[in-house]
Amino acid sequence: MARLILDSATKSFGKAVVVDGVSLTVEDGEFLAVLGPSGCGKTTLLRLIAGFEALTGGSIQVGDRMVSSATSHIAPEDRRMGVVFQSYALWPHMNVAENVGYALTIQRIPAEERRKRVAAALETVDLSGFAMQKPALLSGGQRQRVALARCLAMEPALVLLDEPLANLDVHLRAAMQDEFAAFHKRAGKTMLYITHDQAEAMALADRIAVMDEGRLLQVATPSELYRQPANSRIARFIGEGMVFDAKATGAALAGRCQVSVLGATATLRCSSLPRLGEKLQVCIRASDVHTATNNDTNALTCRISRLTYLGGHFRAEAIPEAFPGEIIRLDLPEPCPVNTGDTIAITIRDGWILPS
Amino acid sequence: MTFFSRFNAVSHQPRQERWTFIALTALVCLLSLLPIGRLAVEAIAGSTSRSFIEVWSQPVALRALVNSLETALGATILAMLLGGTVAIIITLTDFRARGYFVFLFVMPLIIAPQVMALAWLQVSGPSSSLLKLLNLALPLGTRNPLYSREGIILLLSVEYAPLVFLTLRAGLRTIPRELIEAALAAGGSRFTVLRTVILPLVTPSLVAGMALVFVSCLGNFGIPAFLGIPGQYLTLPTLIYQRLSGFGPGVLPEVAMLSIGIGLLAGAGIILQEIMQKRRDYRVSATLVRTRPFALGQWRLPVELTLWLLTILLVLMPLAGLLATALAPAYGVPLTMTTVTLGNFSYVLFEHGASGRAIFNSLALSLTAALVIVAISIALGFFLVMRRSPLLRLISVAIELPYALPGVVLSVACILLFLKPLPLLGISLYGTVWILLLAYLARFLVLGLRPVVSGYLQLDHSLEEAGQAAGASFLTRLRTIIAPVLAPSATAGGILVFLTAFNELTVSALLWSSGSETIGVAVFSLEQGGESAAAAALACCATLLTIGLAAATLLFRRFLPQGALPWRD
Repeated sequence: MARLILDSATKSFGKAVVVDGVSLTVEDGEFLAVLGPSGCGKTTLLRLIAGFEALTGGSIQVGDRMVSSATSHIAPEDRRMGVVFQSYALWPHMNVAENVGYALTIQRIPAEERRKRVAAALETVDLSGFAMQKPALLSGGQRQRVALARCLAMEPALVLLDEPLANLDVHLRAAMQDEFAAFHKRAGKTMLYITHDQAEAMALADRIAVMDEGRLLQVATPSELYRQPANSRIARFIGEGMVFDAKATGAALAGRCQVSVLGATATLRCSSLPRLGEKLQVCIRASDVHTATNNDTNALTCRISRLTYLGGHFRAEAIPEAFPGEIIRLDLPEPCPVNTGDTIAITIRDGWILPS
Repeated sequence: MTFFSRFNAVSHQPRQERWTFIALTALVCLLSLLPIGRLAVEAIAGSTSRSFIEVWSQPVALRALVNSLETALGATILAMLLGGTVAIIITLTDFRARGYFVFLFVMPLIIAPQVMALAWLQVSGPSSSLLKLLNLALPLGTRNPLYSREGIILLLSVEYAPLVFLTLRAGLRTIPRELIEAALAAGGSRFTVLRTVILPLVTPSLVAGMALVFVSCLGNFGIPAFLGIPGQYLTLPTLIYQRLSGFGPGVLPEVAMLSIGIGLLAGAGIILQEIMQKRRDYRVSATLVRTRPFALGQWRLPVELTLWLLTILLVLMPLAGLLATALAPAYGVPLTMTTVTLGNFSYVLFEHGASGRAIFNSLALSLTAALVIVAISIALGFFLVMRRSPLLRLISVAIELPYALPGVVLSVACILLFLKPLPLLGISLYGTVWILLLAYLARFLVLGLRPVVSGYLQLDHSLEEAGQAAGASFLTRLRTIIAPVLAPSATAGGILVFLTAFNELTVSALLWSSGSETIGVAVFSLEQGGESAAAAALACCATLLTIGLAAATLLFRRFLPQGALPWRD
């Protein structure tokens, strides 16, 4: 039973509040990614859970065990949490097997069983032949896998991963992402994965917790986060969403509502029921915007201000003639039908009305 | 049951860390703060005995003060010229084989001053085989010219020129190449650039180095003891030594006043050095480019030859003279293939009781000091660097003091502290070997701590945290993770402590007692007793071991942080 429960976890260093009242429950066996820009407090959150830092307020509970509160603090060495560090943190004076078996030596597990568990852990990460190697001789990806095996061998209740792929190059990162997914499936551990890379979080996590300036903005499945962001900050952060002011022009029906945005009418998804004429904010993505056909009555006339080739398609920035202060981004196919400075008629096919 | 096991889990492990911290703080206070504090109490309570002014107005004290200042200032200027010139040439020009040269040039730092003095006496006197060979020897019966103020100044400057060299070199290395190149591009000649750009930038380093040399000269005992005592040219450390060894602990109140005076004088130097070190502009140290902009061109070979010859003359030749004396059958007998003998060596190693004891004591004391200091340093470094303990950071200033202040100050402080029997135990440490060990630990702790701290600064903190996550307790992490990773730095520190303690004379000269002689004391007594050949043999043994060990450390230099060993380029 390794449910992780954070209740208004707060950490401040002097006057700076780095983690601000975070409440979060990670279910047993769940893979949760904590996503946020650098400096948002996500690494401090991990260090609080691991016990490297003491809480200023609130509490942290693992299963039915209170590990941190403002008044009590269980030392990290007594928490049995697996931690995978960004720098791998492999001990350079020990070989791979000694690194992986270290926690078992600490627990005074008999040599025979220790050997078996180390071998099993190394096999899980596909490094069976490397037991006697020193970490210095391994590649970045292999080191990361040793760090995973070390974490796996101690059979932790909870695995905490601190940007484990940040130090790897792009190709290796993709391969290791698959490793992590497979690792989670096999080990079935509760995992908390810290990252600033939303593609990584989307690819791996069951749920994503978005953090900014020490606060938790939204906790949702990747798809929910993308399709139904909770506020304009997340809408802009995730998938480069565009946020525009809008007004409800129709009644909500079957989760959709007609709005007027940038002078055009569009029918967008919604969760609440906006009143007629209510001022709203809507999130539109480039994939929701299309060039208008002749049948479209709601076309917006825009001038193309910039075209960027992205390989296979163009990203266009278009300025609506009626709203010269706004920019709409949309994708155009290759060969590109327009040039910079041309006008184009576009239409908004989908989008999300942000809950007020 | 669960309640208790959980209670244990909460409190047990951090308690280990907490108790280590408390024990360590107490130990550092005991070693570093207590002796100096005891001396300070003596200073404040000075009015009960003879007052400070009364002691210092005696002609003999004033004479010693003047002598100390004369020799220290003279040697500082000479060391600045020698060390400064060498630092500029070695760092800024295309001088070849600089690693070997640096090792030779800084060798006086690891050879005991008294050995240097003894060696110089062998090559400069009327019976010098070397001068005889060149037909330059003074006529027999003349007094060795080194027994003088000028002799003391010369030897002090050779001994401490490496300190100027090392601080100035460190300063020169932080000058970005661009600053020099910009000045050259602006049309400045090399000497103009040196005068208008380089020297102004390194002035703080230079002044800091000179302050360090001044304080070291002020506290030096070995050189004025060998060169000054025979001619009754006394400096403050030798005056204190003579008083204590002639009259015993009875003169302690007076001697305490003298050492407070010398401590205050040295303190002024230390403060000047600190101020100058802080004044170094760290903004220019962002890009650490090794700058060697000045090609020597046609002057390369002449410059190289001059520096090598000078250093061989100042460092190697005296040592050769020392060896020659040690190998000669009797003092003054010329050394030839037929007269060469190992008799002096077998005499000091196997026959002369005090020398044998001294070798054993020095080995045991310095080995123990090195091991204890390494252990303390690893734990201390953890709280200083990883936990950034504010309390320990404050105390760490006190760790510097017993080493920075002249050795006689620490020695007198230790006598004051340990003369009376210890409370509760009723045993007096004075007159035993333990007072020497405590004084060594206090004096050399900082030498072992510095390399360990720079090792900690390079340590990835997550290595320790990974151990914590794996369930290892504090002491287990220290033993199985941190100590092995820091082993090279800690070994460097340990060797530095061992070598310095092994060659120590200042502290042991005041604290030794029959049975607890050290090598420094034994060499000193042999020479004072007229047994120069035996003294030379014993000094040779110590020096060979010292240089051998220093050279051996170069084998694992690539595992060491920059600057951990002074003799490594």
